[in-house]
Amino acid sequence: MRLVLLAVLLLAAPALAVEPSERLADPALEARARAISGELRCLVCQNESIDESGASLAHDIRVFLRERLRAGDSDAQAMGAVVSRYGDFVLLRPPVKPATWLLWFGPVVLLGIGFVGTVLWLRRRPVVPPAPLSAAEHEALVRLMKDEG
Amino acid sequence: MTAGAACVFRALRDEKNGMIVELGHFCLILALFVATIQSVVPLLGAARRHLGWMAVGRSCAIAVFLLIAMSMAALMYAYVTSDFSVINVIENSHTDKPLLYKFTGVWGNHEGSMLLWVFMLSLCAAAVAAFSNNLPPALRARVLAVQGMIGVGFLLFILFTSNPFLRATDPPANGHGLNPVLQDPGLAFHPPFLYLGYVGFSVAFAFAVAALIEGQVDAAWARWVRPWTLASWCALTIGIAMGSWWAYYTLGWGGWWFWDPVENASFMPWLAGTALIHSSIVVEKRETLKTWTILLAIVTFSLSLVGTFLVRSGVLTSVHAFATDPARGSFILALLLVAIGGSLALYAIRAPKLQGGGLFAPVSREGALVLNNLLLSCGCATVFLGTLYPLFLDAMNGPKLSVGFPFFNRTFVPLMVPMIVAVGIGPMLAWKRGDLLGALQRLWVAYIVAAVAALVLFYVTSGGPVLAVLGIAIAVWLAAAVVTEWAERVGLFRLPFGASLRRAVHLPRAAYGMSIAHFGLAVFVAGVSASAFSQEALEVLRVGSSMKLAAYDIRLDKVERVPGANFTADRATIQVSSDGAAIATLYPERRFFPLQQQTTGETAIRTNFLADLYVALGEADSAGNWTVRAYWKPLVPWIWIGAVIMAFGGLVSLSDRRWRVGAAVRSRRVAAAAPAPAE
Repeated sequence: MRLVLLAVLLLAAPALAVEPSERLADPALEARARAISGELRCLVCQNESIDESGASLAHDIRVFLRERLRAGDSDAQAMGAVVSRYGDFVLLRPPVKPATWLLWFGPVVLLGIGFVGTVLWLRRRPVVPPAPLSAAEHEALVRLMKDEG
Repeated sequence: MTAGAACVFRALRDEKNGMIVELGHFCLILALFVATIQSVVPLLGAARRHLGWMAVGRSCAIAVFLLIAMSMAALMYAYVTSDFSVINVIENSHTDKPLLYKFTGVWGNHEGSMLLWVFMLSLCAAAVAAFSNNLPPALRARVLAVQGMIGVGFLLFILFTSNPFLRATDPPANGHGLNPVLQDPGLAFHPPFLYLGYVGFSVAFAFAVAALIEGQVDAAWARWVRPWTLASWCALTIGIAMGSWWAYYTLGWGGWWFWDPVENASFMPWLAGTALIHSSIVVEKRETLKTWTILLAIVTFSLSLVGTFLVRSGVLTSVHAFATDPARGSFILALLLVAIGGSLALYAIRAPKLQGGGLFAPVSREGALVLNNLLLSCGCATVFLGTLYPLFLDAMNGPKLSVGFPFFNRTFVPLMVPMIVAVGIGPMLAWKRGDLLGALQRLWVAYIVAAVAALVLFYVTSGGPVLAVLGIAIAVWLAAAVVTEWAERVGLFRLPFGASLRRAVHLPRAAYGMSIAHFGLAVFVAGVSASAFSQEALEVLRVGSSMKLAAYDIRLDKVERVPGANFTADRATIQVSSDGAAIATLYPERRFFPLQQQTTGETAIRTNFLADLYVALGEADSAGNWTVRAYWKPLVPWIWIGAVIMAFGGLVSLSDRRWRVGAAVRSRRVAAAAPAPAE
């Protein structure tokens, strides 16, 4: 049941991820293309990158990205070209901007609040050191320890 | 004449089938009424101290379970006999479908999976009713009443918006068949485990609400709740691991976790449930963290409900799709608001009255468990934020946004690193007041082992990913820390061997459970970290040609067409060799399902438990050459082995005699309870 949606969408095209025919001849350029593809979302899939997806849309974006790289774009330029075509939705890592501050800084803020809350809670409760053992208790303890050994 | 006889025979058979389907439908409606009684009468009985009314809860819970089981059986019967007068069967089954998938296809669709959901819920309630002889009658009555209420909510949901027993006026000759992706053993049994986990947390929730009503939480309460939480946690662990394993071997490139909302929906209750298991230890041993534990119990099941809402309402596809067909989504949303809002309101009123007992220093076992809860809760909140943020923005008509693995790698993973370190150190600390420096010193063996492992790995994988090596080093450190803690407990090397052996035998199962589960976590972390070392080969291969992958030679020998139960497959024969020595023959397939006009891939994996060789067959080109994709994935099987070890640890802990329903324990409890017959 989980993942089914993803799988169903994936099945729209039976191919699997990057196809040999798409690859660039230059291995350095291809490696860059693979690295960038990992951060780009296949728009019709559930959280799959275009590098992983078999959907035909993912294929189109892969080819487009490689065209840009071959034309001499830097990584940032090539990614920018894809984003200007498909919007921020294509980025698996959402950009940090006012609309996503809550998303990006929420976890840190929560951790901070949780930590401060825990410290306050601990400090509100006085930690009473246990009363020192009386001479008789101490003797009993030594006797017990001997038995154990 | 014969045609007429056949017609009469068919009409008779259809009538019998129809009776069974209607009987199932009727049982479901009856279950709703009994569940209503279950949610009202015991509650009144508990308030008025009327033992007879309280006892109604028990019999109702068992009756509801039997009724829903019959209903489930009726739907299964309809599937197995391919009764196409039932719309649900038409839409999801076919006469040619293999028998296994006729059974499991019952929950391979929305209506059936909701029926499975309430079936699991009634199973849990019946189990509480059957195995709760040691519970005070009022607490038991309240717990069962709360479970009854959840049951009423979901039975209403099924009967009004998702009824699997609706009939077609004009039955077709055959059905549409089940999505081929679901025709897989891994996925067939994934929902029952997942739901058992999801729904099992309803017991902890019911106990929490009952405790709030009673205004009393003590060590005994924690002791009653813990086994239920543990059992659901084990089931959820297995369920999630199964789903992830299925993704791994199905999708054709070895991915096993995508941080997609449907996965996150099951992961959030897991994280909260893990926190709950740990905080309830503190309640049981030290009578503190009570209000927090109650809150966690509420939150954990609420997250199960949120998960059900996310997956079942269609909100994930698009907020707007949800708005156009809102019946199901709105119903679950309303259920969510009532269940979560109601329980939190009760919490706000009653929780301040619960007073904590035991004091402890920040550096102590309790302190470590508090840290565990802090980090797990923040991790859970991070997943929640990442999952719901795009929906939230969408609903506010903000920008469309994706939140994928790079986000979670940067936010969730950093939270889990200190968590893993705490897992190693925490159990070394004493209750009340621990000695952190001493604990760190006593772990010296672990540092050495981890350092050696890191150095060897750096040497072997020179130039490889540094973070992955560090991840494996932390995993090795954790494993060594777990062993050190066990060795200290049994006095290994400190006491004579015979004495430590005796101690090892008498160590409580709960202690072993903890060690095993923590060790499983170490195995899991190693597997996850090592996936960065995997290697890939991807070529278009002519039959007879080969390609290189790591130290292996992968040769495509032939591709032949073979018939399957309800598909035809192109099956490749692939020879894997290393330096000329044959290692394995693998048979990846592409299956074509003519009914759905769909193709699925069937990967072939050879594992030696240290690494997987993973081969997937792609498409053929016009010249008859095949795309072959092969991966070498070191330690990746450990991801699921680790998860299974964790779940096994939970089961071992569950078998601890403290919560066994054994006669000895029971008689002691009865004896202890005897002097106080006031209840």
